[in-house]
Amino acid sequence: MSQGIYLNFIKDDRWKYITDGLKVTLEVTLFAVLIGIAIGFLIAVVRSTYDKTGKLKLLNGICKIYLTVIRGTPVLVQLMIIYFVIFGPVKISKVLVAVISFGINSGAYVAEIFRSGIMSIDQGQFEAGRSLGFNYVQTMWYIIMPQAFKNVLPALGNEFISLLKETSVGSYIALQDLTKGGDIIRSRTYDAFTPLIAVALIYLGLVLLFSWLIQILERRLRQSER
Amino acid sequence: MKKKVLCLLMAAACAASLSACGGGASETTAAAAPDATTAEGNTAAKAEDTTAAEEEKADAAEGKQLIMATNAEFPPYEYHDSSMTGPDGSDIVGIDAEIAGAIAENLGMELVIEDIAFDSIIPELQSGKADIGAAGMTVTEDRLVNVDFSDTYATAVQVIIVTEGSEIAGPDDLAEKIIGVQQGTTGDIYASDDFGDENVDRYPKGVDAVQALLQGKVDAVIIDNEPAKVFVSENEGLKLLDAAYAEEEYAIAVKKGNTELLDQINGALAELKESGALDEIVAKYISAE
Repeated sequence: MSQGIYLNFIKDDRWKYITDGLKVTLEVTLFAVLIGIAIGFLIAVVRSTYDKTGKLKLLNGICKIYLTVIRGTPVLVQLMIIYFVIFGPVKISKVLVAVISFGINSGAYVAEIFRSGIMSIDQGQFEAGRSLGFNYVQTMWYIIMPQAFKNVLPALGNEFISLLKETSVGSYIALQDLTKGGDIIRSRTYDAFTPLIAVALIYLGLVLLFSWLIQILERRLRQSER
Repeated sequence: MKKKVLCLLMAAACAASLSACGGGASETTAAAAPDATTAEGNTAAKAEDTTAAEEEKADAAEGKQLIMATNAEFPPYEYHDSSMTGPDGSDIVGIDAEIAGAIAENLGMELVIEDIAFDSIIPELQSGKADIGAAGMTVTEDRLVNVDFSDTYATAVQVIIVTEGSEIAGPDDLAEKIIGVQQGTTGDIYASDDFGDENVDRYPKGVDAVQALLQGKVDAVIIDNEPAKVFVSENEGLKLLDAAYAEEEYAIAVKKGNTELLDQINGALAELKESGALDEIVAKYISAE
């Protein structure tokens, strides 16, 4: 066992593959989540406005096409298309490609999460806002959104966690993330056990940490309910 | 309910400790058997083995399977070709596939080819999911720690592919350039050692590395000579550099310590070499220049 650890992590400074990979994984996940939330928020607003008022018909159509295409194709294929086809003839940072692909992909799922949150708020709340003299945007911003956000937080945390793990397919475009770091060690030492278990434990640790943070946020937001 | 959870946990703990033992054991055998002795042992054993193998052949249960792990993205050694039928009835063909087919026939076994990622081949052998690994594998020290290799059956060189008009003229010009490789291949290992990790882009398939080269994402690709020729002939604007990057020899890998199978394979390989069948297979895929 100790020889396995020596061979896989200490010899030739191989642990650097893991730490460097971890950095890339976190970087990609963080920026992809930000892009995903931005896209998802905009689409959810457009879609629920259409659902509630019938306005923004054209935008709603565009959003629907986006959702269909992104949710209907595997993220790995999207990643390869963006790397090899859309950015085909350009020398571009692989981290940037990964952030864009995972962000666009995540946006589609986040949009539906947000929309379900907005639609879950009782119509009466909306009507109450309007009868108090708020306009549509004000009602959305001050009354619907704060309640909706609280409702979708668990689902949003779920999406974030699955995105973190999904970034592991980045190795297909030679992105040196955490999974790839373990893979490189594995391809040098031909020991499957140690690097794979190490990588799995790191992912698990990250997920535990983030679920804990989300839990705290959830508890904070729920304080107003009492 | 609680008991069930406990049971599961126990089972998981057992599995984990078992695999830990497995790892330890293979390490100790590896340490006890330096490569030099293994190689000598093989050649010495081979001579008497032609007769021994013949007896064993008769013993080998009829219809037994010989599972070969390979990465069928490596023409002309192994690749998918729907217009041909490979030795196991699938569309995986190539020099390694046919040699493995001939060995299986020689041993009276049925060949089954499994197509997996190149760097998963050795774990596949260690865990017993496959019997042999034939994927244009070069004998290296690191690999000898975890598997045993048969006698070599082909020589190959690692070459450099660049785009036409590239300023790279030889291995010396590669410093500070981005080099595309197939992950886990000897090209990857040598290039990482020579030029540093940060200058090597590791793609899961050779063809992805070549694609990246065509698009200017990498400056050069280091890969085995034969697949390189195919890549260059099928893509315009690429050329092979005359100066080879490294020379090496291919062999078939088996699980560490499985000397019985290794001896059988070496016996079969010797017969194939003697009868000229080996040369025929190679000539079928590689046209002499």
